[in-house]
Amino acid sequence: MSAEPANTALEEQIGQWRAYLRRRRAIDGPDIEELETHLRDQMGVLTQAGLVDDEAFLVAVKRMGSLDALSREFAREHSERLWKQLVIAPDGDAASSTVTRTETLVVFALAVAAALAIKIPALFGLKLGGGGDEPFYARNAGLFVLPFLTGYFVWKRRMDPRQWVWLAIPFIAAVVIVNTFPFTRGSDTEVLSALHLPIALWLVVGIAYVGGRWFAGDGRMDFVRFSGELFIYYVLIALGGGVLTAFTMMMFTAIGLKPDWIAQDWLIPCGAMGAVLVGSWLVEAKQSVIENMAPVLTRLFTPLFTILLLVFLATMAWTGRPIDIQRNVLIAFDLLLALVLGLVLYSASARDPQRPPNLFDGLQLLLIVSALVVDAVALAAISSRISEFGFTPNRVAALGENLLLLVNLAWSAWLSAAFLRRRKSFRALEAWQTAYLPVFAIWAAIVVVLFPPLFAYA
Amino acid sequence: MDLGKDLVAASATPLVLAILAEGESYGYAIIKRVSELSGGHLQWTDGMLYPVLHRLERHGLVASKWGSSESGRRRKYYRLTKEGRTQLEAERKRWQVVDQTLHRIWMKARLV
Repeated sequence: MSAEPANTALEEQIGQWRAYLRRRRAIDGPDIEELETHLRDQMGVLTQAGLVDDEAFLVAVKRMGSLDALSREFAREHSERLWKQLVIAPDGDAASSTVTRTETLVVFALAVAAALAIKIPALFGLKLGGGGDEPFYARNAGLFVLPFLTGYFVWKRRMDPRQWVWLAIPFIAAVVIVNTFPFTRGSDTEVLSALHLPIALWLVVGIAYVGGRWFAGDGRMDFVRFSGELFIYYVLIALGGGVLTAFTMMMFTAIGLKPDWIAQDWLIPCGAMGAVLVGSWLVEAKQSVIENMAPVLTRLFTPLFTILLLVFLATMAWTGRPIDIQRNVLIAFDLLLALVLGLVLYSASARDPQRPPNLFDGLQLLLIVSALVVDAVALAAISSRISEFGFTPNRVAALGENLLLLVNLAWSAWLSAAFLRRRKSFRALEAWQTAYLPVFAIWAAIVVVLFPPLFAYA
Repeated sequence: MDLGKDLVAASATPLVLAILAEGESYGYAIIKRVSELSGGHLQWTDGMLYPVLHRLERHGLVASKWGSSESGRRRKYYRLTKEGRTQLEAERKRWQVVDQTLHRIWMKARLV
């Protein structure tokens, strides 16, 4: 054989050719090796026939056929390779595969820890479900899992030990506050506190997610993307968990046992906690592997929600029916606004800021404006209710959230309109959204910390 | 001679199977053998052989194993399996039918 490994220029060319092949998803490692051996065989024969290395290389590559045609043929034979597999271990590279193995272990340990954490109160006689102690679990809901999730990111981002302390403080404060406040059992302030604590703590998770650099770069938008994808993964895992639970029940019932306790005391609570960690890890691992799902759903539902809001407004104007203000209705309208905000946020997260405005951006503005009108109507109803019957924790909390969302959406509408008229860049809208995120968490913290004493724990 | 894509694709399977029936072989050698047998008329784009080999392997007609070449590089060797032999026999019958039919009509054409 005349292919001498000493010929570095040639080796470099072959290396480049190999790199081109590697970029084709349908052709995998062993295939490349097989093709390379072929290429070298061909070149060996050609050089023996009198060609110089460069010429032999060119001829051999040409005979191999065009890369496009080749990868098309491979794709036809190995169509499974076109489905990007969520491989946790990267191929080759020993160093990075030990890193992934360590990460797998860390995540597994944290998930187990979170799953066990929710069982610890049971050791002290606080029973989950069935008994009268649910308020304890509800009040502490975020505290069973979010510290572990924060810990995961602290580990993953290799944060400075000094920063850990700052991240630990909110959790410790939260534990003290929600467990020492003398709530009236089942009171509104207790329910509000339970609902708002996870929102406030999610900001802490976010700070850990961006490695402590909240104000630098695009970290916040990445955290928004992460949150959306985590939600989707969590729902998927929960569906799987539901199937597992159903089969557990069915099979043990079939042999005459009552397996309710397995599902209620172990499978569901432990699974719900562990899934947060596992879901986060999957989102982290697949970041670059799969098309993000949240923006796709956003595209799908933005038109549908716009139609819903417009039809609703038209119906209300036509029939003249007022909004019947009750707690559920208040929450529902808050959720509606939050959802519209989510639609705006996620389409912003997937948008190329350089692209000029298109039809979808116009549609989005229409969605925001109609949500604003619906919200103004709801807000008017709430204020009239407050002026008539006075302040209650629920009404104030709903009012506050409504106002926050209103401000956010109003300014978003303004920026979006300016973008459509090409007065401002899309970045402005994105920057406004990400800058506003902590406001929600701070308001949630206010509801947790200040509302109970203000309203006498009622 | 340009045989056209379809004819090349259709003849690839029986050719590869027949060459492997002569004994274990590898990609480059198979291409060379095809070129020899056809007197240089049948030129395959080299890369295209491999998807064909992989398909035959998936269908269990050939089996492969990694060996090493004279220069010490890893090389994948292919050999015919029992099913491959059966398939080759079936292919041979099919091509004989085509061949005979064409042969007859062309003989007749020459006679006329």
